[in-house]
Amino acid sequence: MPRQPAITDLEQLKTHPALARILAWNPTAVEGAKFDRDELSIYIERFFIREVCALLRDEAGCPFNFLSDVTCVDWYPSEPRFEVIYHLLSIPNKERVRLKVRLNGSSPVVESVISVWPAANFFEREVFDLFGVRFTGHPYLRRIQMPEDWEGHPLRKDYPVEGYR
Amino acid sequence: MAHMAPTPVIEPGQDRTMILNMGPQHPSTHGVLRLLLEIDGENVVRLMPDLGYLHTGIEKTCEAKFYQQVVPLTDRIDYLCPMTNNLCYVLAVEKLLGLEIPPRAQWLRVMLNELTRINSHLVWLGTHAMDIGALTVFLYCFREREDVLRLFEMVSGQRMMTSYFRIGGLALETPLGFFDRVKAFADRFPARVDEYEDLLTNNPIWTMRTKGVARITAEDALALGASGPTLRGSGVDFDLRRDMPYTSYEKFQFKVPVATEGDVFARYIIRVQELRESIGIVKQALEGMPEGPIKSDAPKVVLPDREKMKTQMEAMIYHFKIITEGFTVPAGEVYQGVESPRGEMGYYVVSDGTAKPYRVHMRSACLANLQTLPKMCEGRLIADVVAAIGSIDIVLGEIDR
Repeated sequence: MPRQPAITDLEQLKTHPALARILAWNPTAVEGAKFDRDELSIYIERFFIREVCALLRDEAGCPFNFLSDVTCVDWYPSEPRFEVIYHLLSIPNKERVRLKVRLNGSSPVVESVISVWPAANFFEREVFDLFGVRFTGHPYLRRIQMPEDWEGHPLRKDYPVEGYR
Repeated sequence: MAHMAPTPVIEPGQDRTMILNMGPQHPSTHGVLRLLLEIDGENVVRLMPDLGYLHTGIEKTCEAKFYQQVVPLTDRIDYLCPMTNNLCYVLAVEKLLGLEIPPRAQWLRVMLNELTRINSHLVWLGTHAMDIGALTVFLYCFREREDVLRLFEMVSGQRMMTSYFRIGGLALETPLGFFDRVKAFADRFPARVDEYEDLLTNNPIWTMRTKGVARITAEDALALGASGPTLRGSGVDFDLRRDMPYTSYEKFQFKVPVATEGDVFARYIIRVQELRESIGIVKQALEGMPEGPIKSDAPKVVLPDREKMKTQMEAMIYHFKIITEGFTVPAGEVYQGVESPRGEMGYYVVSDGTAKPYRVHMRSACLANLQTLPKMCEGRLIADVVAAIGSIDIVLGEIDR
C-alpha cells in the first residue's frame, strides 16, 4: 500500500474543523500543521496552549471533550528540544487531533491544562517526572513514578538506558 | 514511591482527622498501590493515590529495542490482557509501515482479543467480589479463566505472556483442534456467566455493598479522563471497538452495555454484560473465520516461514537481516487507541526512520481511571474505598509501566 506524503500546507488543511477554529480565533497561535497517516497534528505556540485547549473543548460543532493523553518526546540534541503532545478526542464526532508544543531544552516550561481537563493531572506529573518539563499552574507538580529523591529525568535521551551506575 | 521517608506526606487538615496509610501491601489494592487517606472516624475526608511502586521503565527500554523486540515487553505492561497490548502496539507500527493485514489474521486477532477481555474480566470479577466479601465467586471465575489460559497456551505456547501477535500478522497458524476447543468453551460459557449472576446480581449483601456506592457523574468521569466501563457506567455511550473500529471490528455485531447510575453496581453489571457480548463476538469470529495467510506479504518486515527459510536463499537472507538488523520504519508518528478491558489503551509510537522506535508511549487506561478515585471515595466510608478500587479494575503494571 503506497503511503500518501504528509501534508503540511496550512491552506490545504483549513477544512479540518479544529484547525479552522483555532485559525479563526487567533492565527498567531498556530505554528504549523501536519496531516500524516490520517492523523492531524497542530503545532501550537506555547503561550496559547491552555486557551487553545479550552477553545477546542467548548467548540459547539466538534467538541473535543476528552483528553486522551499528554506525553512528551525529547529530540536531543536538536533545538527546540522537547515536544509536549496532547491527544484530544471528540466523543460525539469520533475524531482525534494532536496538539504539539515545542519547548527549548534550557528551560522547558509550559502552562498546565489542568484547569481545562482535570485529567491532565497525572499525565503532566508523569511528563514532569520523566522529562523534567515544568507545568505552571499545576497544583501538585511532584514526581509520580520515580522516587521523590531521584536525580535526573529518565526518559530524556541523554539519560542512559541502563541508568547511571 | 518511597524508599526511606513515607512521601508524599500529608498533614491532617482538621483537629478531628487523622492520616491512614493504606497499602502498598494491601490485598485489596490489586498490586502495589498506596493510598493516603485522611479520615474522620470511619469517613474519608481526602484520598491521595501514590503510585510508582511497579515502575520498570518499559517506555525507556522500548527505545533500545528493535521494533519486533518490543512485542514481548508489551505483554508485561498489563498482565491480564497481554493480547490487547500486543494488538495495540502492532497496529501502531503497522500504521507507520502502511501494512495490509490479511483477513484471517484480523479475525483471529479479534477472537483472541475478546478471549483476553473475558480472561481479564474474570480475574476482575473474582477479586472484586472477594474484596467485598463474596469469596465463592473467585473460585468459579478462576475455573473458567483456567479454560481461557489453556486456550492461550494452545495457540501461543504461553498462558499469560503470550506475545502471539507480530508486526504484519500472527506468529503461527493455530494448532489443529484449536477452533473446536474455542467452540466448546464458547458454548458452555454463557451458562457459567448465569452462575456468577446467580451468586451476585440479586444477592442482597452484594447490592447493599455496591448500589449507590462510589458514584461518579458523566461530567466528572469525562473531565477526569476515565474510559471503558468506568465511563460507560456513568452513561457515556462510547466504545472504541464500535465507534472508531480497528482490526475489522466493524464487521461484528455486538452491543455496548451502558448504565446511568455511575456506581459500583453499574460498573459491575456492565462488565458482566460485556462477558456475554464478548463470547458472542468469539462465536461470530469462529463462524466466519476466513481462510488464507496469517501474515502479510512484506518479506522485509515479516519473518519467512521456517520451511522457506531452509529451502530458499532469499528467505534466509531476509530472516537473517530482520533478526540481526531489524527493519526500518519510515519516519513519522502514530497514535493508536484500542478498547482494552479497562478502557482506552493507546500507543503513541514515534519513528525517526531507523530500526528502533524513537519513542513508545503507552496511554494507560488505568492511570486515568485512577484519577476518579478521590471523587468516588471522598465523603464515604473506608469500606467503600475497597469497593471503589475494585470497581475501576486497576492493574498496577499498566499504571506504572
